[in-house]
Amino acid sequence: MPSKQQLLDLQFIDTRHKLIDLAAFLDRMDRHPGEEDYRLQALRKALPLLLEDRPDRARAVLESFSDTSTELPQTALFQGASGAALL
Amino acid sequence: MVSRTTDDYEKLALAGCEILCEPAFWAGFDRSSADGFYDYFRQLTEYEPKRAARFGIRHYSWLCINPKEADDPGFAREVMGLIPQFLDQPTVLGIGEIGLNKNTRNELAIFEEHVQLAVDHDLPILIHTPHLEDKLKGTRLILDALAGFSKLDRGKVIVDHVEEHTISHVLDAGYWAGMTLYPESKCSPNRAIDMLEIYGSERLWMNSACDWGISDPLAVPKCALEMKRRLHTAADIHQVIYENPKKFLSQSPKFIA
Repeated sequence: MPSKQQLLDLQFIDTRHKLIDLAAFLDRMDRHPGEEDYRLQALRKALPLLLEDRPDRARAVLESFSDTSTELPQTALFQGASGAALL
Repeated sequence: MVSRTTDDYEKLALAGCEILCEPAFWAGFDRSSADGFYDYFRQLTEYEPKRAARFGIRHYSWLCINPKEADDPGFAREVMGLIPQFLDQPTVLGIGEIGLNKNTRNELAIFEEHVQLAVDHDLPILIHTPHLEDKLKGTRLILDALAGFSKLDRGKVIVDHVEEHTISHVLDAGYWAGMTLYPESKCSPNRAIDMLEIYGSERLWMNSACDWGISDPLAVPKCALEMKRRLHTAADIHQVIYENPKKFLSQSPKFIA
């Protein structure tokens, strides 16, 4: 198993790149006109999970984006998935 | 691989791929008749094995009506009626990829009918779990439904496209779990390796998404390279990318490794 130092050597630049991309996306959302929707709200809700002291942040983020409803429609109301549950 | 060019078979052969299996899945659009599926099943069982063989790759398939088009139960049952005549084809391993798409009652009913078809013919099952926000709910529904089949051999079932929030549900219930690698939007090689490190490789495999969306047939060898960079041993890499699929697929007497 690689050490923290070895993982940093392998993956820090890529992870830094992804974090800056996320920051730039949030800036872009602020800068552009129009209303935000449930997807951006879901993203904002997930962000604090990254700073929690826990071993399963990826799982927690995925769960926060998940549909938690319990009812089953007879047929699909729409097709496709947007990545965040409709509020 | 019906959604792929012949070049992709060549690339896979160059990367060392010896065998691949392809599930029946959504064609990128809804087919207008069961006849369309008859032709599709012929393509999967007759044409694609020949196309792969040109590059020394053995091609196997799984048959079903995919969850998305299964939301029309009448249509789905018409298509399902075609499947038994293809089950004796020498490269058909089992039923798949069945499962759920938008977690509807119609999809669930057809999923259960597919499972019964597999149980009746003693076939392995490949299960698709829904994407993105629908995955957790869909995985739970699938596992609940499977629990109702007392004659089902859980070791002959692989639940595919697991991610960090669903993998433990699948493994704890005794099934195999598949991690499907995508270049974007879903499970990445590094996340798949994380799951291997956390959960072990006993009933885990990974596969390359090779569909109509942005996907990469070489995702598995690329993940193997990433495993090497993360200091996984050659034996561990061989176990997860070769021995594990071989072990699961060998439960079909048609599978020859």
